[in-house]
Amino acid sequence: MRDAILLFVIVCGGTGGEIAVARAMKQIGEVHDFSPRNIFRVAMRAVQRPWMWCGIVLMALAFFALLAILSWENVSFVVPVTALSYAAGALGGKVLLGERVSAVRWLGVGLVCVGVMLVCLG
Amino acid sequence: MKPEARLHLKTSILIFFVIMFGSLGNISLSKGMKHVGTFSSWRPGDVMPFLARALESGMVWLGILLLILFFVAYTLVLSWADYSFVQPASSIGYGVVAVLGYFLLGEAVTSTRWIGVAVICLGVFLVSQTPPRTTEQA
Repeated sequence: MRDAILLFVIVCGGTGGEIAVARAMKQIGEVHDFSPRNIFRVAMRAVQRPWMWCGIVLMALAFFALLAILSWENVSFVVPVTALSYAAGALGGKVLLGERVSAVRWLGVGLVCVGVMLVCLG
Repeated sequence: MKPEARLHLKTSILIFFVIMFGSLGNISLSKGMKHVGTFSSWRPGDVMPFLARALESGMVWLGILLLILFFVAYTLVLSWADYSFVQPASSIGYGVVAVLGYFLLGEAVTSTRWIGVAVICLGVFLVSQTPPRTTEQA
């Protein structure tokens, strides 16, 4: 039960956070210049986006839940199970970000879910 | 190099960094947290000391540093590639974590679990066969 609650926070906080971050970064636009100065400039623009902060808070919650569960569970169990965020991610990318998720992508996401089930059973 | 090939190469390189930083970060956190004691109570009075003990571990800080690098690489790649492409493509990391957990931390990984990881990677491969961007640039 304790595992289930923490895994739920990791998956939902992580996925929700990443979607919020993706939304903020898409508002900024594609990064072409990878010089440290430009990356710093991009980061400064990113932290001015409310979506970025929304994402950071959700990801921080997910991170503390990850720390807690890693204090007793194997990392080779916990990390693969967090792949459950794939279904949530493809769904969120489609609904919240307007990404077109093709049939092949859905099939891939479905396989990931089957793999996670096997990891849980193992 | 054609712009499309360039976009794919740039995306692949960044995703490699995402995978390595993420996996090594989680391995470090796991190694550090095993010495912190088990998280056993949700009371605020117990949660804060638990977090404080966690932040005294050097391995936990190494994990945090690696995960920050992971986050930087991840955020950069999300500025041009679809989330529903990047997230599954970087999931090769789930396999990398299991392999590193086995070799570096001596974790017992059952055959069912290896098969599960392989199925996850197969799903990832299918997803990476689709184009990295389906939305118009803002």
